[in-house]
Amino acid sequence: MITLDELLEKDKKREQDGFKRKIRIGRIVKPGSKGKEKIIVVPTTVEEKFVHDDIIEDQEQGEAEPTGGTGDGQEGDVIGEQPIRPEDGEGEGEGDGEGPGEGKGGEHEIEANAYELGKVLSQDFELPNLKDKGKKKVLARYVYDLTDKNKGVGQVLDKKATLKKIVETNISLGNIPDVSTIDTTRFIVSPRDLIYRILSREKEYESQALVFFLRDYSGSMGGKVTQTVVSQHVMLYSWLVYQYEKQVETRFILHDTEAREVSDFHKYYSYKVAGGTKVFTAFKLVNDIVEKESLARDYNIYVFHGTDGDDWDKDGKQTLAEIEKMLTYTARIGITIVAHSYVGSKQTEVEKYIQSSGILTKHNHLIKLDVMAENVDDTRIIQGIKTLIS
Amino acid sequence: MELVNQHVKGIMEECKIRARDAGLRFDDETLEYIVTNRDLIELSPKVMIPTLYDYWVHDVRVLSGKGMYEAYPSNPFETVINTRPAISYYNDNNPDWLNVMIFYHVLGHIDFFQNNLFYKNTWDIDLAGQALADKRMIARLRSEKGRWLDYVIEFARGMDNLVGFHKDLNRTVSDGGRKKLSRTDFYFDVFLQKIRSVPQHQYVKEISRYNQCQKDNGDFFTKVTGKYPEFDELYRKEIEAKTPPQMDIMEYIIRYSPFLRREENEWMKSVIHIVRSTSLYFQPQMRTKTMNEGWASYWHEKLFMADDRISGHEADYAKVNASVTAMPRVGLNPYALGMRLLEHIQEMEDKGKYSFEYYLLNDAVQKKSYNQHKNTGQSFIFTVRENMNDFTFINSFLDQEFVDRHNLFVAGKRINSQNMTWQYYIKSKKVQDYKQMVINTLYHPPDIRIDGEKTKDGVLYLDHRFENKPLKQDFIENTMIGIEFLWGGPVHLETSEPTNKANIDPRYTNFWDPSAPGASPEAAISPIEWKRVRYVIKDRKLHKQEL
Repeated sequence: MITLDELLEKDKKREQDGFKRKIRIGRIVKPGSKGKEKIIVVPTTVEEKFVHDDIIEDQEQGEAEPTGGTGDGQEGDVIGEQPIRPEDGEGEGEGDGEGPGEGKGGEHEIEANAYELGKVLSQDFELPNLKDKGKKKVLARYVYDLTDKNKGVGQVLDKKATLKKIVETNISLGNIPDVSTIDTTRFIVSPRDLIYRILSREKEYESQALVFFLRDYSGSMGGKVTQTVVSQHVMLYSWLVYQYEKQVETRFILHDTEAREVSDFHKYYSYKVAGGTKVFTAFKLVNDIVEKESLARDYNIYVFHGTDGDDWDKDGKQTLAEIEKMLTYTARIGITIVAHSYVGSKQTEVEKYIQSSGILTKHNHLIKLDVMAENVDDTRIIQGIKTLIS
Repeated sequence: MELVNQHVKGIMEECKIRARDAGLRFDDETLEYIVTNRDLIELSPKVMIPTLYDYWVHDVRVLSGKGMYEAYPSNPFETVINTRPAISYYNDNNPDWLNVMIFYHVLGHIDFFQNNLFYKNTWDIDLAGQALADKRMIARLRSEKGRWLDYVIEFARGMDNLVGFHKDLNRTVSDGGRKKLSRTDFYFDVFLQKIRSVPQHQYVKEISRYNQCQKDNGDFFTKVTGKYPEFDELYRKEIEAKTPPQMDIMEYIIRYSPFLRREENEWMKSVIHIVRSTSLYFQPQMRTKTMNEGWASYWHEKLFMADDRISGHEADYAKVNASVTAMPRVGLNPYALGMRLLEHIQEMEDKGKYSFEYYLLNDAVQKKSYNQHKNTGQSFIFTVRENMNDFTFINSFLDQEFVDRHNLFVAGKRINSQNMTWQYYIKSKKVQDYKQMVINTLYHPPDIRIDGEKTKDGVLYLDHRFENKPLKQDFIENTMIGIEFLWGGPVHLETSEPTNKANIDPRYTNFWDPSAPGASPEAAISPIEWKRVRYVIKDRKLHKQEL
């Protein structure tokens, strides 16, 4: 059986003969909980023929292609609803974390595929502006700590907190008429006033680099644009997995008119929505996360954003403000704009305001912009990665 | 890949006897193979023909199939191919009772392959053998020509959905088809008037002589050929010019391409020919999917329910059967639809409802209770199986009675902006809408032909007969590059495209922010207007011209 490498090698020869390349690197993401999803790298190709395009006439806006159905009901009846933004249903608390040796045997081979792609990429790239930050360089892991407070039950009584609570209760009961002479024997102690510390699971980030992937998943992103952005981010992700193994932490953020964080790459990769676009929300969310979790101190932070360049915030005031803020702590912001073919040679909104703001030249070692057309091939996508992390 | 064991083969032979008793007709010989998942993944890009020629796209498919299987394993119960003898593949590990059911299903498919008239051109070919010969030839050419062989396959496959399946079938089923210009008509309408330009009195004289000959049973033409010795030759030429053999694009290129006519390129013709005949072979399967699966499901149900080997496994069977033939609440299961429709046709015919009398009834109660006790339904569906394809099957028999009976509806899907949800709703319960929705899912390649008049001066001119569906634009360039290569000169393609771009703009932006510029609400409602455009490929560069 022919291998992927041989196929790609043959594909390269097409260019010598004056034809376009035909093989693209596709990926199948197998869902798994808690970042254990696997990316299976497969080649794909399309055999072009003259075929009909699916354009439905008289289609109202916001209406998808009809299909068949069976069962009771009258015309016009609504028979079901499905959320457009899929809920991030997985509770953080479920499962017991990653114990060693848990089902690792079978996974290796599959992951090796993603590594293969990463290997191709790693020859050329390196994360830019990487500084030594933080003390530890080991795996990110979960630790258990007595950090959460809980009324009534728990592992360890928090005496100070309990005492405060008792005083508080008794003040409201009127048992402390004079604060200078407190008679503790008159105190009434309710069981609800006992404050305990309880064992809880905390995420401990100990990696050096933290990469945020940001993707526009608004309605305008349909089709090729999303494919291209996702392709590029899959390659970046696979490359990070390979090159930096477990030393790179990744976070995933999707946005339309609002931004949300999703827990794993599979969700990042597969969610679709049909809303409008406000680019600044994603950058704002990153800034908020970084601030709230004080990530800037321990991490080299990288932000990669993929969009079609469409933004309701036409002059980008809000976006630019968030980017400026971000530039104070990031090691690199890489923005990819994949322009729809109907845009032609015009600039997209995002491109326009970023170019005219001058931040690209002012902070040229911190922020990079790459603009490509929606129907580019893998070589161009890889070229884009080079630009973003050069 | 190995043949099933004697025990399983015994079950199959037993099934054949009972299927024949029920009226199915098929060859005695069949081959059943047990295959592994790996085999299946490697076979499916080759449309399950183990001897199909090698091609790198198949390898790509195999590699992605393996990845797909790792992520989402699934195994089909059976796969049958239309060879002689018919070959069917099974997964290992089926219990006997399940094999009985699957074999009935497979026999349904084989009966369909071997009796449906759309398959007529495949009956006299042993595909497995033919494919093997082709595979060897391709392998030999590849060793000589290297990757240029693969380009030729690629470019030929770029046109292989435009093969003239119906024309080919027409030649076999009704030899020739079109009415020829008769000798008499040629003589009076063309020869005398246009070629000879005889004066009127002479023309009238000939007509009366003709009428006289008709009366006397005399031979009118002996005198004609005596007077004009060139007449027969002119007539033959005229016939040839008037009814040029209808050729599809691939045939036309094989025959007339100046590039392929060069001696060093002759070999390409055989490659195109192989691709074309392989495609033709699979055309009937693509055009009878609903019927074929419906027919097989109908028979596995009917035969297995009456088989004593079901006893003890009724519940197991019900579960398996439901997973295959259930009608989903939302979505279309063509196999289930085909089976239900066959059952419906049988019942309608049994009651004599396919009659003028029934159509004239207006009273719903009378319509419902109408029953002529004809009981000819069973033989009627055999006729349907023989003469119909998916389109004619659905178009002729899907009626309001069927839609009502199975509570079918067209399900719409729209955005509910308040809850941020996709809302599924019952869009229509009318048979016209349902039928159209089903027909839209059927295989229907675009109708693109050679324009004989505009094909000149080295330009190949393709004309797309527009059916309110534009071509997929992304694919036009590479497809045309391929045709240009094989034609050896510029290629023009005339097709239609929408003028008001805003309407097919996939952006929903305006739905969410009406204040944003862009498509106005009126533009959204206006129907799409089409304009004719011409794509021109020359030296691998694509241009578009408006017409």
